[in-house]
Amino acid sequence: MWSVIVNWFKQGFRTLSYPREVPPFPKRFRGRPVAGKEAVDMGKLLFQEDIPGVTYTRDHRMAVSRKEDLVLHGDTVKLAAALDEKTRRIFGRSLKLRQVCAGGCNGCEGEIQAMNNVVFDLSRFGIQFVASPRHADGLVITGPVTKNMELALKKTYEAVPHPKIVIAVGACAISGGPFQGGREVHDGVDGLVPVDLYIPGCPPHPLTILDGLLRLLDKLGPDRR
Amino acid sequence: MKGAADLKSSGLHARNGQSWELDGVPVLEEGLFRRKILEGCSQGARLVNLFACAQDKGGDVRIFAMLGKDQEGKLPVFCTRVPAARASFRSLTPELPQAHMFEREIAEQFAVTPAGHPWLKPVRYHRNYRDVPDLWPEVAAMPVPGVYPFYRVEGEEAHEVAVGPVHAGIIEPGHFRFQCHGEEVLNLEVQLGYQHRGIEKMMAEVSSERAVLLAESIAGDTVIAHATAYCTILESLGDREISPRAQAIRAVALELERLSNHAGDLGALSTDIGFSPPAAYFGRLRGEFLNLLMELSGNRYGRSLCRPGGVLFDLDQKMAEDFRGRLLTARKDLKEISDLFFGSSSVLSRIEGTGIVSNQAARELGLVGPAARASGAGVDVRTDYAFGMYRFHHIPISTVAAGDVYARALVRWLESQRSLEFLLDILNRIPEGELCVKIPALKPDHMALAMVEGWRGEVVHVAMTDSRCGIARYKIKDPSFHNWSGLAMAVRGGQISDFPLCNKSFNLSYAGHDL
Ligand code: SF4
Repeated sequence: MWSVIVNWFKQGFRTLSYPREVPPFPKRFRGRPVAGKEAVDMGKLLFQEDIPGVTYTRDHRMAVSRKEDLVLHGDTVKLAAALDEKTRRIFGRSLKLRQVCAGGCNGCEGEIQAMNNVVFDLSRFGIQFVASPRHADGLVITGPVTKNMELALKKTYEAVPHPKIVIAVGACAISGGPFQGGREVHDGVDGLVPVDLYIPGCPPHPLTILDGLLRLLDKLGPDRR
Repeated sequence: MKGAADLKSSGLHARNGQSWELDGVPVLEEGLFRRKILEGCSQGARLVNLFACAQDKGGDVRIFAMLGKDQEGKLPVFCTRVPAARASFRSLTPELPQAHMFEREIAEQFAVTPAGHPWLKPVRYHRNYRDVPDLWPEVAAMPVPGVYPFYRVEGEEAHEVAVGPVHAGIIEPGHFRFQCHGEEVLNLEVQLGYQHRGIEKMMAEVSSERAVLLAESIAGDTVIAHATAYCTILESLGDREISPRAQAIRAVALELERLSNHAGDLGALSTDIGFSPPAAYFGRLRGEFLNLLMELSGNRYGRSLCRPGGVLFDLDQKMAEDFRGRLLTARKDLKEISDLFFGSSSVLSRIEGTGIVSNQAARELGLVGPAARASGAGVDVRTDYAFGMYRFHHIPISTVAAGDVYARALVRWLESQRSLEFLLDILNRIPEGELCVKIPALKPDHMALAMVEGWRGEVVHVAMTDSRCGIARYKIKDPSFHNWSGLAMAVRGGQISDFPLCNKSFNLSYAGHDL
């Protein structure tokens, strides 16, 4: 017992003050891209360092509502809009999500999982990941959707009661990512189930995902939007 | 001499990171091929790889074997030909259980039957690579793993529990079928394949710029190990040595990857036991290590760091000093939290004696990595087949004998300490050298081998080039390929309620297995 208390003091309070303050990202962090001469599609981008014609900012905010908003020209981006008021009234204080990995490599899953740790502490925003799709208000999908997961994904989607939202996390779920065009996969979630929020990255940083979720619920506060 | 394996009268003995001419691989008659594998394994070698390719004219299939002689750091390589017309060979599995997954994989990928295999079924549910009728024609029509007659126990009070593919937590999909008698698990059959993305085939079809991105995505928690293996293959086939500096930076990243995952696993175990303070602290520590990787490479999992020819990012003295400072703090925290975890009697009573894998079972199943070392099998690529920086800085192998959940937890804690020592030392003296050298055209008709000790164990990549210097066949082996059998063994005879704990103690990759 004593050791628990001693450790409790030593470890201290570690949760970020986000969204009030955004912690600094390291110099090499590859956030929102800036297009060069040609447009850049954030949904297809794997955020690799060695890609010609793309530079990166350290801005972690990248979530968009519409697929066409993923395509950036120059240095502007149209970030995700909040859900309509009626839906927000239902989900705004308590959003329960079910995660479905449909061929994700465990990178995106790892970052979604990380949102639950003490640093990001997702539950303080009233957002929680639940075990059953029947208890969920929406799905968070990762992976390109392998042919072998297609049926399970559709069944899980059907099991979520209406109204429901779908969030595609990571390049794979948006466009197939590195597997785009592969024989054994679909090129992401689009066309299989309707998507309400796209969160680009490979994998997106936990704060990128969190930013997307808070945007949807309009919880970022006026100065952070 | 790099690039040439030592050819001896007894055949070809490969070393980690080398390449050799395809013609140099002895082609044995099937009976001899079989005998050589069985004899080698009865004398302490492991079956590191057994895979097929169908590059020969006339459509014959060749099966390659690589035996790991861990003590000598050498791997005899040899092959046999299976004529297209026969498309079958005698299964090794009845005599050599560690061959069972390899043989199922060969059967699925090349529609070649291992005759006499005791439990022949698909591994990943996909069409074969040869464009001939599949051994399981129904697979193509309905690619749903899990639709399959599982092993069944009949009898009064025997019952079956089916779990997955979609699980309760934020984890990858897979199907588990338990045969139980009351609470007791009589058998667990693991059926994966849901994550199959067809990576192996894609590796031979795409450009090297794209292939390295695929390698980074084989298992997203093992980015550095798989990317290092891929880069080593290209460097070896292109006859280029990377600089000591690039080797050191890769090793730093590999150990950070290990630390982040080991800390995360200890946290996950505390969560499952219901002891939340260490769960929270370990979870935060995992993030500290990931953040160091982000500092180095711009990505929390180390993506974009390893590229054929070296690394894309430098680790200068200022950064090294900063890393050292942060690692010293992490070392202190890790010790305090681990003492809290391992010093708690309720933790010990939950994990001691749970999910035992005996040393014999671990060896027979060919387990690798911490799962093997927790059952007293001292295999570690960093020592046995030392590569890169590990040739100059040795990391002692950590083993525990008990084979239970406790042992698998303890091995992680011991290894974490060794990794920290290694990092603190190497960050003091990162050698000089160019970050990245250019890789010329690959040597034609060659074969290369790269082994890396990832945090889950041995990652093995093998590639073959064709006469036009392109990659003709790429073979990937993630440690999970072997270790899922270890999990099935660990829960046998235990309580079904122990499954989550056993599962966490292995924490295997679904994506790495399914490719
Ligand atoms: S987007 Fe990248 S990190 Fe996410 S699942 Fe795909 S490959 Fe893995």
